[in-house]
This record gives sequence, C-alpha cells and structure tokens, in this order.
Amino acid sequence: MELKDIRLFRRTRSLEKEIDEFLDKLSESALVFKQAVHTYLDHGCSPEFDEMLHHVNKLESTADHLRRTIETQLYTQTLIPESRGDVLGLLENLDHIINLFEGALWSFSIETPDIPSVYHQGYRDLTNMGVETVESVVLASRAFFRNIEAVGDHNHKVLFYEKEADKISSKLKKEIFGSDLELAHKAHLRNFVEHIDNAADWAEDVADRLSIYVIKRTV
Amino acid sequence: MEVTVLLFLTSGLFLGWALGANDAANVFGTAVGTRMISFTTAAIICSVFLALGAVVSGAGAAHTLGKLGAVNALPGSFMAALSAALAVYMMTKAGLPVSTTQAIVGAIIGWNLFSSTITDSDSLVKILSTWVICPVLAAAISMGLYKFSAWFLHRAKWHLLRTDAYTRLGLILAGAFGSYSLGANNIGNVMGVFISSSPFTDFSFAGLFTFSSTQQLFLVGALAIGVGVMTYSKRVMVTVGGGLVPLSPVAAWVVVVSHSIVLFLFASQGLEAFLASHGLPTIPLVPVSSSQAVVGAVLGIAIIKGGRGIRWRVLGGISFGWMVTPVIAAAVCFVGLFFLQNVFDQKVFHPISYTLSPPVVEKLESDGVATGSLGELRGQTFDSAVALKDALGAISGLDSDRKGLIITAAKIEPVTIGDTGLEKMVAGALSTARAIAVVSLAGRQFRHRWALAQELANESETWREKAAGKENKAYNKALIADLDYVVRLFATGR
Repeated sequence: MELKDIRLFRRTRSLEKEIDEFLDKLSESALVFKQAVHTYLDHGCSPEFDEMLHHVNKLESTADHLRRTIETQLYTQTLIPESRGDVLGLLENLDHIINLFEGALWSFSIETPDIPSVYHQGYRDLTNMGVETVESVVLASRAFFRNIEAVGDHNHKVLFYEKEADKISSKLKKEIFGSDLELAHKAHLRNFVEHIDNAADWAEDVADRLSIYVIKRTV
Repeated sequence: MEVTVLLFLTSGLFLGWALGANDAANVFGTAVGTRMISFTTAAIICSVFLALGAVVSGAGAAHTLGKLGAVNALPGSFMAALSAALAVYMMTKAGLPVSTTQAIVGAIIGWNLFSSTITDSDSLVKILSTWVICPVLAAAISMGLYKFSAWFLHRAKWHLLRTDAYTRLGLILAGAFGSYSLGANNIGNVMGVFISSSPFTDFSFAGLFTFSSTQQLFLVGALAIGVGVMTYSKRVMVTVGGGLVPLSPVAAWVVVVSHSIVLFLFASQGLEAFLASHGLPTIPLVPVSSSQAVVGAVLGIAIIKGGRGIRWRVLGGISFGWMVTPVIAAAVCFVGLFFLQNVFDQKVFHPISYTLSPPVVEKLESDGVATGSLGELRGQTFDSAVALKDALGAISGLDSDRKGLIITAAKIEPVTIGDTGLEKMVAGALSTARAIAVVSLAGRQFRHRWALAQELANESETWREKAAGKENKAYNKALIADLDYVVRLFATGR
C-alpha cells in the first residue's frame, strides 16, 4: 500500500483539489467579469452579456458550494488546527470577491447605465486593473497553501494594482463630475465606477490578511 | 499468594497510574497541546503501545529488576513505591511534568536513610546531572532538527494540508514509539519488585507462544499505566504542549522526536557497545528523564525563535517541581517507613551487617588494599553500613575509594545455592554456561558476594570480569547484573 492510498492522505488530496478548484472558479469569474464589462461597453445589454452574467452566476454558486464543503471538512476532520480559522477567513473573503463581481454584473443588467463613449476607455482600464488585482490575490492565496515564501511577492503586486485602480477610479470620477451631465446621471455613473473598484479594494483587504497569516505560520 | 502481597501490589499499581498520568503525557503532550491529535486518540495509542512495550520488551530484561530492587523487603518497596507515586501525583495535580524515575530515586534515598544504608553518591549525581545535561542536550537537538525541518519543508513545498497530514502521521508514529520505549523501560520500576511474588502462573496459547507470569504481571502494571493516561494525563499534556511556549504542529513533532533521540542516545547500551566495538568514542550513559528532555526540546525551539513567548512562570514551576519531587518522595518514604515499622509492625528492611573478619581482610589484601591501618577494627562486626563508615571515618589516611572497597567487601550477604532458588531460576535469564556454573555450586553457602563471584569464576570463565576498558564495559556491566540476579535468587533467609 502506498502512502497516497492511506485514507488520511486520500482525504487530504481530495481537499487539496477542492481548494484548487475554488481558486480556479474565482480566477475564472474575474476573467468572465472583464469580458462582460467590455461586452456591455461595446454592445450594451446584449444576449452575449446575459450569457456571461449567467456564467458568473453559475461560478458563484459552485464556489459557494465548494467553500462550504471545504469548511465542513476542515472542521469535522479537525484538520490544520493552527491555520483552520485563517483558511476559513481567507476562503470567505475570496468568495466575497465573486459575489461583488456577480452583484456588479446584475446592476449592469438591471440598471443598464448609459455610459457616454468618452468614459469607455476609463471603465475598461479600471476593469482590467481590478481583474489584475484579483488575479494576483488568487496567486497569493495559492502560494499560501503551497509555497508560503512566495506570498509576499504576489501580495506586493496586489497592492500595486490596487493603487493603480484607485488612481484610475479617482480620475474617472473627477472627469464624470466635471462634465455637464445631469447630477443623477453623474451619480449613476459614479456607482458603477465603485462597483468595479470594490473588487480591487476587497482583494487588497484579503492580501493584508494573508500577510498576517503568513507571519502567524512562520513564527 | 498471601493477601498482604496483593495489598503491597496496590502501591505498584498506584505508581503505574502515576507514571501514566505524568511521564506518558510527555510523549503526546505536544501533539495534544497543538490540537493535532485529540486527547482520546492520544490516550488510546499511548496506552496500547505502553502495554505492548511493557509486555514484549519489558519482560526480556525482567531479571535486572527496576531501581526499587535495591529495597530488600517487600513492605519497604511498598512504601517506596507509594511515596514515589504520591510525589508524582502531587506534581501531576499541579500540571507539572516530572519523572517517576526521579521520584523513585528520592524514595530509595528515604529508605536508605531509614535503614542506615549508605546512599550511593552516584544516585545523587544522577538526579542533579539530569537537571542540566538532559534539557541542554534536548534543546540542542531540537534546535538542529527544527532548522532542518524548516529547510526541508521549504524545499519540499508541500501543500498546507499535506504538511498537516504528514505531521499528524509523524506525531502518531513518534508518539507510539515513545510510548513503547517508555513501557519497556519503566515497567521494571512499577512491577519489578513483585516478580518473585507474582500471583500468576505461566500458560501457553495453543502451543504457539507462552504468556509468562512475569508478562501477565507486567500487563496488569501496563493496565494501571493506561488508566493513568486515560484519567489524569491531560493537565500535564496541556502544560507540555502549550503552557510553556505556544508551539506549531511541526515544532510539536520536532519536540517528540528530539526527546526520543535524547532518550535513545543516552540510554542505549546497544549504541554504546556498537560505538565501542568500532573503536569510536562512546557517549557516557547518563540516565535521562523524559520530562526533562521534553521541556529542554520545547525551550530549544523557543530559543531559535528568539526566546519570545516563553512563559517564565511555568518554567519556574517546572524547575521547582523537579527539585522538590525527590525531596517529597524521600520525606514521605522516611515517615511512612517509620509508621509501617512501628505501628503496623512490618519488617521494612532486612538489616545488613558488615564484618571485617579474617577472610575479608585477606580478600582486601589480595585486591591490593592495605589493611594495616584497620587496627582494632579487624574482626569486628557492624550493624549497618553507616556504622562501619563512621568507624572507618575515625581512621586517618583512608581515601574514599578505599573506604568504598572495604565496605563492599565487608558486606554480609549470605547466599545458599539451594533447590528453591534453582527451581525459581527463569529460563534464559542467564546464559547456559553461566547457569551450569551456578548449578554446579548446588548446596554451597557463601557469606559474601565476592566469595560467590570467586567460586563462579573458578567454575566457568564466563563468570570472569574482562579487563577494564570501554570495549568491555557493557560486558562487565551485564556480568554484574547477572551476579545481582543470582545473589537475589539464592539469598538466605528471605
């Protein structure tokens, strides 16, 4: 009998796979979110956009399910007693990012904001930067499980991208409020800047928590 | 089987319980303290492997007895075991890790004081040296091992969950191994003195293997240890596992392994023999205690992390516990023996007399000890070792080595190679050649141990000591253990 066939190790492997899968879902939802925003800017609330919204929707429920399974297993099998709480917090915060993506797309679909073409590039840049931030936090989270020393490198990128996203969103908001659009329209457009920027902000919070978890684990 | 023997057996069981409640906690303390293994799992694994170690490996060395074997009357051993167990119990109640062995040595010192036996200064040195040597060594080993583990884990890049699973497996394996050795090494102390009065008889399972009375006795002792683990070891486990310094699971594993390495290095006669036979320098066989090894190993890790987080109050409490345990055991034993002797009218020791009769003086002369200065002490008999020592003390110009030689030679230990002893001789306890030599002396009587040793050496060269030196140390030690066995077996009038 090989080591990997022992029950304890078989269980561990399946749990490892589930965590990887959860992170895959998050990363995928970020990419689909990016495509969806670009599609909305190009074609408005088109059938393609609806399809992508539906896709993110599905990713969100799969991720939720995975998260619950992982958490239950961690607690019922009393695994990683030292880092259990940290892993739980990490997964819940990462899961919240998918929720933010889903919520933003739903708002696009329901409120169908009228975005003047002058701001399109700004929204595109903001979306790209936000997704980069989330992608980096996914890498940092993977490193937390497999290669703790690398977490710092990825976290560094998260912070950088988040700052860039902040710059873009501030600039965009200034431009919007400096225009002669109606105040209601301005406020509506501002809401969508914040919807997109929220994901990056949240990713930064996760990165901050991760660096604390790393200190806890190396001490 | 007398009822009194059963009564006396209870103190051995109490000692076993105390051993389980305290010593056993050292092995699984860090695993339970870091919540890697649940207390129930740890208690079950620990008890099972303790019992296995006691029954399988403990009985093999049964004829050398435990340390309590030095106490020469059953009621005396009862009180020694009881006081050692009480001392350990008090420490366990306080949640402090101590070693049963230390309590036992303390109790024996109490008995020595009561029976006017000279306390072997080695025993005192043993207690004191383990307080220093053992923790220091364990700390050094755990520091090295911790560094290595950190380096290895960095290279291996295992998943967090996989590291967790491997650490858990490592903790279980190391803990099981530690429990096994603990059972094998310590069962002699718990049950050793009762072997000669064992209430059990041998029986065999379908001719496959025999379950000897000693093994049955040890199983009972192991059960007592198991009960100690199950009922009372949690508090000490928590102190070891997190009370001193908060530990990570990998650090917990490092602690268990370094503790085992220390116990192995410094208690392994096999290793010493191996090193000696290859002309390598040997490691001195210092008697080490598991709780000191564990505490040392935990501190080693704390030091590597910069010494932060050490709870000095707990450490102070533990050190205090180490110092008072032998003292309490000695005091309780002394007072207890007084009551046992004067209130319950029990014979708590067989008085040993010493004589400087002509044969003894002759023997001393032949060993190169000048006896001219003995003067009028020649031919006198003394009631106890202390009396002889005092008398020798009055003579100027005798160094302590020579005094020791004189006291050893003067000791009266009447031995009769009789039928009862021959019947009781356990098969395999002595080598065939040595056993034949003993049998050939049937019917003979000896007044001193050295006289018996001389006759045995004349009968068979296997009874002759080899020239002193590293390579023969283990052989000579085993020879003395065998001689002890014969003296105990054939002692007259017990």
